[in-house]
Amino acid sequence: MDTTEYKTEELLQSRKAKKFNLWLGMIGMFMMFAALSSGFIVYTASGVDKGIKTLLPVAFTYSTIVILVSSLTLHLAFRAAKLEQLSKQRMLLLVTIVLGLVFFAIQLHSWSVLAERGIYFVNNNASQSFIYVFTGLHLAHIIAGLIVLVRCYLGALKPIPFPDNQFRMNLAIIFWHFLDLLWIYIYVFLLLNQ
Amino acid sequence: MSSTVISHGAAHHDAHDHHHETFLTKYIFSQDHKMIAKQFLITGIVMAVFAMVLSILFRIQLAWPEKDFPILEVFLGKWAEGGRMKPEFFLSLVTIHGTMMVFFVLTAGLSGTFSNLLIPYQLGARDMASPLMNMLSYWFFFVACVIMVASFFVESGPAAAGWTIYPPLSAVPTSIPGSGLGMTLWLVSMTLFIASQVLGGVNYVSTVLNMRTKGMDLWKMPLTIWAFFLTAIVGLLSFPVLVSAVVLLFFDRSVGTSFYLSDLVVQGQILPNEGGSPILFQHLFWFLGHPEVYIVVMPALGLTSEVISTNSRKPIFGYHAMVYSLVGITVLSFIVWGHHMFVTGMNPFLGGVFMITTLIIAVPSAVKAFNYIATLWRGNIRFTPAMMFAIGMVSFFVSGGLTGLYLGNAALDINLHDTYFVVAHFHLVMGSASIFGMLCGVYHWYPKMFGRMMDTKLGYLHFWLTFIGAYLVFFPMHFMGIDGVPRRYYAFTAFPFMEKWVSVNMLITWAAIIAGLAQVAFLWNFFSSIWRGKKATQNPWNANTLEWTTPVEHIHGNWPGEIPTVYRWPYDYSKPGHDTDFIPQDVPFSETMSSNLPHDFEGNEEAIRIQNEWNKANNREIIEG
Repeated sequence: MDTTEYKTEELLQSRKAKKFNLWLGMIGMFMMFAALSSGFIVYTASGVDKGIKTLLPVAFTYSTIVILVSSLTLHLAFRAAKLEQLSKQRMLLLVTIVLGLVFFAIQLHSWSVLAERGIYFVNNNASQSFIYVFTGLHLAHIIAGLIVLVRCYLGALKPIPFPDNQFRMNLAIIFWHFLDLLWIYIYVFLLLNQ
Repeated sequence: MSSTVISHGAAHHDAHDHHHETFLTKYIFSQDHKMIAKQFLITGIVMAVFAMVLSILFRIQLAWPEKDFPILEVFLGKWAEGGRMKPEFFLSLVTIHGTMMVFFVLTAGLSGTFSNLLIPYQLGARDMASPLMNMLSYWFFFVACVIMVASFFVESGPAAAGWTIYPPLSAVPTSIPGSGLGMTLWLVSMTLFIASQVLGGVNYVSTVLNMRTKGMDLWKMPLTIWAFFLTAIVGLLSFPVLVSAVVLLFFDRSVGTSFYLSDLVVQGQILPNEGGSPILFQHLFWFLGHPEVYIVVMPALGLTSEVISTNSRKPIFGYHAMVYSLVGITVLSFIVWGHHMFVTGMNPFLGGVFMITTLIIAVPSAVKAFNYIATLWRGNIRFTPAMMFAIGMVSFFVSGGLTGLYLGNAALDINLHDTYFVVAHFHLVMGSASIFGMLCGVYHWYPKMFGRMMDTKLGYLHFWLTFIGAYLVFFPMHFMGIDGVPRRYYAFTAFPFMEKWVSVNMLITWAAIIAGLAQVAFLWNFFSSIWRGKKATQNPWNANTLEWTTPVEHIHGNWPGEIPTVYRWPYDYSKPGHDTDFIPQDVPFSETMSSNLPHDFEGNEEAIRIQNEWNKANNREIIEG
C-alpha cells in the first residue's frame, strides 16, 4: 500500500460521506415541506370556507415542463462530463441554468396571475396564502440550486481536475433532480387540493 | 505489512500537518472536530452561566415580590425602576432562560460538544465527514447566541412569550413589549440555530455511517455514539418542522397573513386577521418540541452509559437492550407531541391515543434506568467526579421521569397543566438530568480535550452543592403544582390562594442562589485547569474506547499512524482470566487467549478451534454462566 493509494482511499471515503450528507440534507428539506403540507391539511380541514377555491394558474404546467427539461439537460451535461467533453458539458450546463432562471420567472408570473384574480398572499383564507409559501420556499431552494450549477459551470470553465469536476457534477445532479421532484410533489399536492 | 503502512501513514499526515495553520484557522475558523468541540463547550458554558443568572433574577422576584432591591436598578436600569423588576421583564427573563437552556446549552452545548469530540475519536475517523459544514455549524450557533443576547439591548426588551412562543402573543407585535423587535430577534436567532443544528446533525449521521474504522461494526459502537447518532436523526427530522412553523409565524407578524391569527382585539383595535388557527402553531411547534426533549436527554444518557460502565469496572448491563431502548425512544418521540396539547380542546379519542404512546415511553426509559442500576450492582465502583454526576443524572432521570406518568395522563393533566408540577417535572427529568450528563461528560473527557486533569476535590464540592441544590429547588415545586399554582406568574402576593407559597419560594430561591454559587467552583476548576491542571496520561481512566489510544497532544488527523482496527465491543471490563481489568477495543483476541469466551468469536469456527486448542494446552476450563 503506498502513500497515494492510502490517500485515495481516504478521499473516496470522505466523498462518499459528503454525498451522503447531501441525501440527509434533502431529507431535512423534505421534512420542512412535509410539515407545511400537514399544516395545510389541518388548516384547510378547519372550515368549509377554507381551501384553495380556485384553479391553479396554467403557468404552473409550463414551469413543470421547463424544470423537467432542465433535469434532462443537466443529465446530459453530467454524461458529457463523464466522457470528458468539456465544451459540451459547459454548453449544457448553461442551458440548464437558463432553464432554471426561466422556471423562476414563470413562478413569479404565476404569482401575478393569482394576484390578478384577487388571491393575495395576505388573505383571510390562509389556504390560499399557503400556495405562495410552498412556491416561495421552493424558489428559495432553486436559488441554492442555481448557485450550485454556476459553481459547476465555473469548475468546467477553469477547468478543475477530472475527478473533482465529476464529483461536483454528481452532487449537483442529485440536488437538481431533487428540486425537480420536490416541485412535482408540491404541484401534485396543490392540484389534489384545488 | 503493518510497519510499512504506519510509516507511510505518518508521512502522509505529516504532510497534512504542515499546511500552514494561522491563529485564525487554528483557534477561530477551525475545521478540526476537537477544536470545534471545545468552541461548542465554552460557548455553551457561557450561555449556561448567562441563563442561570437570568433564573436567579426571576427567583429573587418570586421570593420577595414586595421588596425593593436598589442594586437591581443599577444593573437593569429601567427594567427595575426603584429596585423592583417590571412584570414585562420578568416574562422576558423566563422566556430567554428557557430558550437558552433548552437550545443553546442542552442542545448545542451538549450534543455539539460531545458529538464533535467523540464521534470521530470513538469511531476511529480522522475528522467529520464534512469539516467545513462542521465549522459552519458552530458559527451559525455562535451568531444565534450573539443575537439572542443582543435582544437584551433592544428598547422594547427581549422576547417574552415563553420559550414556546405561542401565537397570538408572539404573532402580534403590539400585544406586549416583548412581542416587538425582541421577538423578531428571537426568530432570527432560532432560524440560525436550526441551520446550525441541521448542518451538525447531517454531519454526525453521515460520519457514523460512513467513517468508521476497520472492524467497527454498528454493534461494536460505544453507547455514546449510538445516542449521538439517534439524537442527530431526531434533530434532522424535527428541526425543519420548526422552520416551517417559524416561517409562517414570521409572515403573520411582519406581512399580515392569517395562518395563526383570528378575531383579535388588541388595545381597543380590531385586527384585520381572520380565519387563522393558533392550534396549528402548537401542532407544528410540538412536533419539534417533544423530540427536542429527547435531543436534550439522549446524549446525556449516552455519556452516562459510558462513564458508569468505565467507573464500575463492569460491562454495561444489557448493551443491546440499551440500544433498542434508545431506538424505541427515538421512534416514540415523534408520536407523542399531542400530550402538550391535552387542554386545547383536542378530541378525547385523539387525546387517548397520545396518552397511550406517551406512557409507552416509560418502558424504554425504565429499561435504561434499571440497566444503569444493574451495571452499578456489585461493581468495583470508582467515585470520580464524573461518576458522581453520572449517578446524579440517573437519580434525576428517575425522580423526574416518575412524574411524567402523571402528566402523560390526559385526565390528570387537566389539573396539572401549566402549573409548577410541570416545571418541576421537566426541570428534573430533562433539565437537571441533562446538565448532570453534560457535566459528567466534561469531567470525564476533560483530559482528552485539554490534556490536563480537573481538580477532584473541587469536583466533589461542585457535585454535592449542585445535586442537593437542584433537588431543593425543584422538589417543592411539585407541591405547589398540585395546589394549582400556575407557572410564569409574576407576584404570588397578588393571589390569596398562592400567598402561602411565598415562604416556599424563599427556600427555593436560597437553594438556587447557593447552587448557583457552587458553579463558581466548577468555572474556576474548568478554566484554571486548562493551564494549571495536572498533566493527563494517555488513558487516565483505564477505559476501552478508541479516543484513549490517541496521543495526549492534539494532532490533525487524531492518530499519528494508521487508525487502529477494532476487534471487540467497548465494555470488556474485569473480564475473568485477563491480567488487567480492562481490554481496549483495539486489542485483538489473539493477545487475550486467557480471557476469551466462545461467544466472542461470533460463530467463527476457525477461531473457536484455535481457542479450544489453546485452552487444552493451557488447562483452561470455561464455565459460562
